Amino acid sequence: MKRLDFSRNETLVALVILGFCALATISDPSFLSMPTLTDLLRGGIVLGIFAVAAMVVLVSGGIDVSFTAIAAFAMYSTTLILVSLAPGLPWPLAFALSVGIGAALGAINGIFIAFFGLPTLIVTLGTLSIFRGFLLTFVGSKLISNLPQSMRDFSKQMLFRGTNADGSFFSLPLAFLALVGVVVLTWFILNRTLLGRSIFAIGGSVESARRIGVNVRAVQFFIYVYVGALAGLAGIIHASMARVANPFDLVGLELSVIAAVVLGGARLTGGVGTLTGTLLGVTLIVLVRNSLIVIGIPSTWQSVAIGVLILVGTGLPAWQAKRAAARAG
Amino acid sequence: MSIAARFAGTEARLAVIAVVVFVAMALLSPDRFLSVQNLTSMAFQFPEFAILALATTVAMLTGGIDLSVVGIANLSAIIAATILIQIAGPAAVGPDAVLWLAASMAAALVVGAVAGLFNGILIAVLGLPAILATLGSGLIFTGIAVALTGGSAMMGFPAATAWLGNGLLFGVPVPLVLFAVLALGIGFLLTRTGFGLKIQMFGTNPLAARFAAVNVTSVLIRVYVLSGMLAAIAGMVIMSRANSAKADYGSSYILLAVLIAVLGGVNPYGGYGKIIGVVLAVLSMQFLSSGLNMLQVSNFARELIWGSLLIFVMIVNSKTGFGMRRGKPAPARPRPEQSSGSGR
Repeated sequence: MKRLDFSRNETLVALVILGFCALATISDPSFLSMPTLTDLLRGGIVLGIFAVAAMVVLVSGGIDVSFTAIAAFAMYSTTLILVSLAPGLPWPLAFALSVGIGAALGAINGIFIAFFGLPTLIVTLGTLSIFRGFLLTFVGSKLISNLPQSMRDFSKQMLFRGTNADGSFFSLPLAFLALVGVVVLTWFILNRTLLGRSIFAIGGSVESARRIGVNVRAVQFFIYVYVGALAGLAGIIHASMARVANPFDLVGLELSVIAAVVLGGARLTGGVGTLTGTLLGVTLIVLVRNSLIVIGIPSTWQSVAIGVLILVGTGLPAWQAKRAAARAG
Repeated sequence: MSIAARFAGTEARLAVIAVVVFVAMALLSPDRFLSVQNLTSMAFQFPEFAILALATTVAMLTGGIDLSVVGIANLSAIIAATILIQIAGPAAVGPDAVLWLAASMAAALVVGAVAGLFNGILIAVLGLPAILATLGSGLIFTGIAVALTGGSAMMGFPAATAWLGNGLLFGVPVPLVLFAVLALGIGFLLTRTGFGLKIQMFGTNPLAARFAAVNVTSVLIRVYVLSGMLAAIAGMVIMSRANSAKADYGSSYILLAVLIAVLGGVNPYGGYGKIIGVVLAVLSMQFLSSGLNMLQVSNFARELIWGSLLIFVMIVNSKTGFGMRRGKPAPARPRPEQSSGSGR
């Protein structure tokens, strides 16, 4: 039963995506082109990494709203360190630094959640304010538009470029590989390691997981460190691609990211969630953001459209489950 | 119940925190913090997000949450603003202006109630998890507000509108009076009426409430309608204080409202929470931020301190076994009972 309606959620999202693309192509044939695809993929990089991170937390039965603040913190302080102390640092080291800062901040969440046993929503709500407040008060609140050379170099590297028939350019930045890497790594952890199975087990039932010998605290701690590290990566990629480090960026996205993940079939109650669904959810959100206008809906209605999608996407399975429960009971 | 028992636990600690913060701030900048000017300015500042916190609190008592309060507040304010600008016009004075102000308030309340009804149906009838239902509906309400206004601010109200947010009633700021009346009213509703009892029953154990013949659907719907109407009132106060209405006012208030409710000892799993706790939490926050303002601390430091205060209070509560009444430390899961009707 469970397997059935959760596969349904993914098919539903996939169908909506196809329908959207079909409608868009009918109203504007040039929609079906490489630039649309590369814009979509480009727009999905940061959101996608965030969504994978948020999914891992949801699968474990928790919720994290602080990852955007972690990303902003890691991104801005890394840029600041590079600019003021080590302008020549190559970009892989800069990225490692940002990932490290993110992981350290994630560890703070992990300590409160795993070792103090505080509810995840409340801890991350608190640390969202703390990280953001600390960043803006003590690290800095000014935009850095003069990014270090290594980050600018990174943003110029493309996987491929091309020219359209009408002379417009399109390209896919190297950063896309980061998303691919994150997805592969997370897939491996979740599906091929004991750690990953433990994450699902905790999400299913903490008590049962504990009884079969899962070290719940260690697994929870890992989850929040991992999410922090991914957030650090997403942050530095965001800054490189935007070619500016803005400490006010990113925070505010957290609820949309969680919405995308839930749209893809992950359950807030834990134990259920797939990478395919998550990526489909992200695709749909990015598609609506980028191309709503193409199917004839003015972009001022964008947030209404996303809201409706969330309600329909989560409402249908919830309603089906409720009806099934009513029939059974 | 003895007075000592009544104030034991979370609320007592919060009262201590509020007093300590107040005294500390008064000692650190005695002439400015205790000035009449500062005290009145605080009384004007906090009611808007305090009312939003009340709205969230009501939903959290059922184990749900209302993330759409800010969306509802702005949408209601925009509808009210439309009436005030288009029909009444900025030149309206005297009884005319008062009449239109009342009409616009009524319209705002209706919008809030309808929006709350929408949430209630999603949650109680269709069985969506509250956090997702209100996240989605909040986007919709904000989106409608954006679409109605094109995203720009609406201005040009009759002068009487300012009374709601900036006026004095018998020497007391009107927003404060409004908040006090609402807090007392909600407190009464929760502790002295059957509806309040049902809310607590449902929040403590939804299944047991159902078996105790509580009409769960009706209770949930009424809770979200109440929450929506409170949000609409907050929207009117914000509109009046800003002397304009806009689709994205107070977007940082969503998480702030949740933070205040939790700080006030409201159990996010439902079933426990007192209005006095929420009031004390709001006061602590306001004393802190005004005090820090006087000490020339950056605005951003407030967020840092609010977050730290939240986690500090949670740790203290969990150490004394009071804040986490559901026993073992479990990962927060916003409402297990509705979202997975088929499983567990």
